Amino acid sequence: MTAVAPGVFLQSVAKATPRDTPVTDDVRYGMLIDTTKCADGCSDCVAACEKENGLDLLEKPQGASDELWDMQRPRWIRTVKLKNNLTGRITSLPMMCQHCEHPPCVDVCPTGASFQRADGLALVDRHTCIGCRYCMMACPYNARSFIHENVQIKPTAVPRGKGCVESCTFCVHRLDRGDMTTACQDACSHDAIVFGDLKDPNSAVSQAMAKHTNVEIRADLKLNTAVRYTDI
Amino acid sequence: MKGKFGISVLLAMGVALIGAYGPAVAGQGVEGTAKADGLDACVAPTAFMRRRHFELIKHQRDVTVHQGIRKTDNSLAGCVDCHVRKDVSGDHVAIDAPGEFCAACHEFTGASLDCFTCHATKPTGN
Repeated sequence: MTAVAPGVFLQSVAKATPRDTPVTDDVRYGMLIDTTKCADGCSDCVAACEKENGLDLLEKPQGASDELWDMQRPRWIRTVKLKNNLTGRITSLPMMCQHCEHPPCVDVCPTGASFQRADGLALVDRHTCIGCRYCMMACPYNARSFIHENVQIKPTAVPRGKGCVESCTFCVHRLDRGDMTTACQDACSHDAIVFGDLKDPNSAVSQAMAKHTNVEIRADLKLNTAVRYTDI
Repeated sequence: MKGKFGISVLLAMGVALIGAYGPAVAGQGVEGTAKADGLDACVAPTAFMRRRHFELIKHQRDVTVHQGIRKTDNSLAGCVDCHVRKDVSGDHVAIDAPGEFCAACHEFTGASLDCFTCHATKPTGN
């Protein structure tokens, strides 16, 4: 606090500062998605992710068909609709990298480019990625994309270019500068996304997980995902 | 004949002079417009930076990507922010454009410059 007059203080706002010490496993970032709140037809989280990470700056390559572009364009979040054929119940949810504790992408990477950070993020070190795409095939969640064309405009915070695989980073550039929200979470007007530290029992995400029944998708694979869903 | 030759020599010299000292063109960096131009030295003495800047950058990239350390003097974004020049209209000129800070030496030595396949060549403010 700063004194502006005797007895009058200016409340200082906590300013996020860039990280200057290595990340540790004292935290593990995770997310709870409340599918009862996730609205069918809404794609605000997808749009926010694309804007934050510069995915919207990429244009369809010349000569590519719409089908090919739709299949191959980088997407870090997809909106998925599930239907229970028995009951007819339909659920909408965003699907992105689940930041597994035991990530198959890391297992199969021949160069060590796919790696897991101490705080649990499954990331790609683009400096060592050779673009083999093994990780794309290994991911059970179809969460990774490949950049096929030169990227003309790159945001400073999210360097990305041709020849590398990429996926959701939980907005790592935000976390590293001290912000504790992701772009998708900020954009969700339905409050369907709660993000935070799974190892802190008082964090919003831990509290929400303790309160609501939630599951991993493909729990049978025993990957211990950091993204969990309610009511599916 | 001699007079005509003289005139054409003078004309050629004039064209050359305009080329060298003529009005700056949009998209070309203007001398003295980089932040670094007003500073005495880089993050290390100039002689060190000329020979070994890549060691700092390479070390920093691993530390940043794997350990999340972003508060540093040695980030590539910092290099770009400080060394990028502006053109006559005040717009930043890509630092890897011909003749600009990074490209000038890398072109001369024929050493390929891969940073900017992925990294921003101008400050983007995010």
